[in-house]
Amino acid sequence: MKNEDLQNIIIGLGTDLKFSTEASEFLNIIVPKEQLHSVCSQLKSNPDLKFNYAFCITGMDWGKELGVIYHLESTELKHRIVVKVMTEDRENPTLDSVHDIWQTADFHELEVYDFFGIKFNNHPKLRRLFLTPEWEGFPLRKDYVDEANMVIK
Amino acid sequence: MNVLIINMQLNITRAIHDWLFSVMPEGAATITEWVLIAVAYLALFAVAGLYLVLLERKVAAWFQLRLGPNRVGPWGLFQTMADALKLVSKELTSTDRIDKFLYNLAPYFVIVTSLTAIAVFPFSEQFQAFDINIGVFFLFAISSIGVIGILLAGWASNNKFALIGAMRSGLQTISYELSVGLSLLTMVLLTGSLQLSEIVEVQRTGGWLILQGHIPAIIAFCIFIIAGTAETNRAPFDLVEAESELGAGFHTEYSGMKFAYFFLAEFINMFIIASIAVVLFFGAWLSPFGITEGITWFPEVLWFLIKVLIIIFLMMWFRWTFPRLRVDQLLTLEWKYLLPLNLINLVIMAIVIWMKWTI
Amino acid sequence: MISQEVKNKIKTEEYFINMGPQHPAAHGVLRLLLTIDGEIIKNVEPDLGYIHRSIEKMCERDSYQQIVHLTDRMDYLSSNINNEAVCLTVEKALELEVSDRVKVIRTIIAELTRLASHQLWWGVMGMDLGALTTYFYAFRDREMINDIFEETCGARLTMNYNIPGGLMFDIHPNFVQRTKDFIAHFKTKLPEYDRLLTGNVIFEKRTKGVGILTKEDAISFGVSGPVARGSGFASDVRKHHPYSAYDRVAFKEILFTEGDTYSRYKVRMAEMWESMAIIEQLIDNIPEGDIQAPTKAVIKLPKGEYYQRVETARGELGVYINSDGNKNPYRVKFRSPGFSNLSVLNHISKGVKIADLVATMASFDFVIPDIDR
Repeated sequence: MKNEDLQNIIIGLGTDLKFSTEASEFLNIIVPKEQLHSVCSQLKSNPDLKFNYAFCITGMDWGKELGVIYHLESTELKHRIVVKVMTEDRENPTLDSVHDIWQTADFHELEVYDFFGIKFNNHPKLRRLFLTPEWEGFPLRKDYVDEANMVIK
Repeated sequence: MNVLIINMQLNITRAIHDWLFSVMPEGAATITEWVLIAVAYLALFAVAGLYLVLLERKVAAWFQLRLGPNRVGPWGLFQTMADALKLVSKELTSTDRIDKFLYNLAPYFVIVTSLTAIAVFPFSEQFQAFDINIGVFFLFAISSIGVIGILLAGWASNNKFALIGAMRSGLQTISYELSVGLSLLTMVLLTGSLQLSEIVEVQRTGGWLILQGHIPAIIAFCIFIIAGTAETNRAPFDLVEAESELGAGFHTEYSGMKFAYFFLAEFINMFIIASIAVVLFFGAWLSPFGITEGITWFPEVLWFLIKVLIIIFLMMWFRWTFPRLRVDQLLTLEWKYLLPLNLINLVIMAIVIWMKWTI
Repeated sequence: MISQEVKNKIKTEEYFINMGPQHPAAHGVLRLLLTIDGEIIKNVEPDLGYIHRSIEKMCERDSYQQIVHLTDRMDYLSSNINNEAVCLTVEKALELEVSDRVKVIRTIIAELTRLASHQLWWGVMGMDLGALTTYFYAFRDREMINDIFEETCGARLTMNYNIPGGLMFDIHPNFVQRTKDFIAHFKTKLPEYDRLLTGNVIFEKRTKGVGILTKEDAISFGVSGPVARGSGFASDVRKHHPYSAYDRVAFKEILFTEGDTYSRYKVRMAEMWESMAIIEQLIDNIPEGDIQAPTKAVIKLPKGEYYQRVETARGELGVYINSDGNKNPYRVKFRSPGFSNLSVLNHISKGVKIADLVATMASFDFVIPDIDR
């Protein structure tokens, strides 16, 4: 399905969604963080959309905001979109977990928590996955400083 | 004392016997004789165990398209000597919280039972240390004691993996003992005696037992080989020491000489199973079709060795070809397939003998 | 069956065992926390990070040519394909067209890498299940591929042959002949593999019906590669989103529907045949052309987000590059196939025995540096 048709269907799924296709090969949708779970579950259940395969879940630090980028694909209808959600709160960022929609998000959200510090509501067991439990700080943030381990050119 | 009939008709042994009895009073001479024989067997079979290890490594290399050990001595013949020296000189480490007495006791159970069982085998007409009239029963009973050593080792190591390995081994051994015993019993029906030299005598006059008993004997042999491989914890039944799953199973915490005991005992057990098969199915030291009966200088023990080596080769072949069975599949095999088959086979053999359909 | 009151009286406790990180059957440094009740597994929790080298953070500091060298070390058994993924992303961003020669050579080398990876997988799978001889058979044949790579690319494991814009050097004059000789040799050996392991009764009993993964679960957990295709999920990136020269070769996408360890095994065995078919179609007609398309010495991607998917031996590798116009990327994310495949392990291992877990892990073919990055 083309990007314009997708946009027309998705625009009805939530309020205040921003669309963009510049600088990316997919249709990008920026969802406000309160509506993330409802929009995502409709993206999966809507028979015209059927986005059932989340093939990449990325944490991101845009400098001011922290957020998550979901690359979604439909295995039956063969279209792909990108959903972005962000939060400005850098002290205690929280977003909704979508692991009940796409179970792959379980592990990917652990990775995002480990490296960016974003907590996910309703996650079954949020813990540090790669780093040791005593590690302080969130390495993939842009303002992370580590004198001993980081080599800056 | 009259149970002990030591067959010694070789000139050297007669000479030693006469000399001992002339030098010392009778009681002391008999005891010295026993000690000498025990030491001779110990030395012989410990070395034999070492060479079996080398044989295994060479056979494995042959299956895996590579050369085995070939640097230490010609064709690697001194390899296991070097390994034995290394094991003897290793530090005996142990962890803090083991049960010291049981931990130290466990390897001895295993090695002592293995070496004791060798005493009864008729390697040749004159070469048998301990010819008792319950020969087969003795063998069977002694090999059952070995499992205690394994369970003790697993428990005393205070290690979860060792415990799992030991528990698996325990249930595997007690299950397969049934099959081993019943298949041996099937052959004893043919001979009418448990005494090993009598069994060989029956085969000398009537032909090898596997031919005498035809169909039920062949089935019994197949079951015996499967169950025997399982008794010695060898692949495809080696989930006890399944390296890819549990580290090293029940002997994880052992090192040095104690590990050497477990290791050697496994190979000596393999030798025992093969020897039992040879004695009860293939006529021990008898030559096929009696071709060397007339030649007096031909050492009959050579025939015994050749047959044993063929069966050991078969067991090694199994190990390097098949993947491993899971523990519940192992038990299913025994209790649902081998045991009923064995019982039916026993009945068939009894009918065959009763109706005089033996060859 | 034991009644509930008897079960209450003979209460067994669950206990807790670590499988790994040093373990003869773990495919790298993976620590699994198993909660088991006797032989039955109640819970599997992977603990990762033993080989985490923060590749994604390092990529934010390196130039685009340097990123390629970091990708070899992720899934080191498909190192050529990882390099290709990053090069394709950069070329897509720069809108750079590489010559046909480069595309064909990249495809041939990727398929040889896939063959080598599957050979090693087969050897290790047999070894995990107890058939120790398979390891030697697999490595004997894999050495031939390693020798071909050594001659052309200069290395046996971390090749770095692909660069953004093309290849590092041209193929060696012997490459075509040696590859054809290898294919002829391996075609006689692959039936030997089948005779040793595939038809074996014990092997079938260990793998059939073990570790069943349904198609819906595969899609939901983001599983890809031979694991997904063993469950019926048609996820081959080479077929659905073709890149390099995959759109001009004919090959089948192997699918089985049972979803157990045996079908995952059969998928990989059949994939080896398909890889050989692809190489045979391309090896005789490598077109002439440039090896390297001209790029600037300092590569700067235009501002934007770029995503490229490739099919490694383990599954779908995705490279996401977010560039803000500088000479270093702003964010690089490697969507690793092993990470998603690992997440399904707990789901399919509830209620099975430890030996089944080992067989399932062997069929998933994990390479832990790929998961940990």
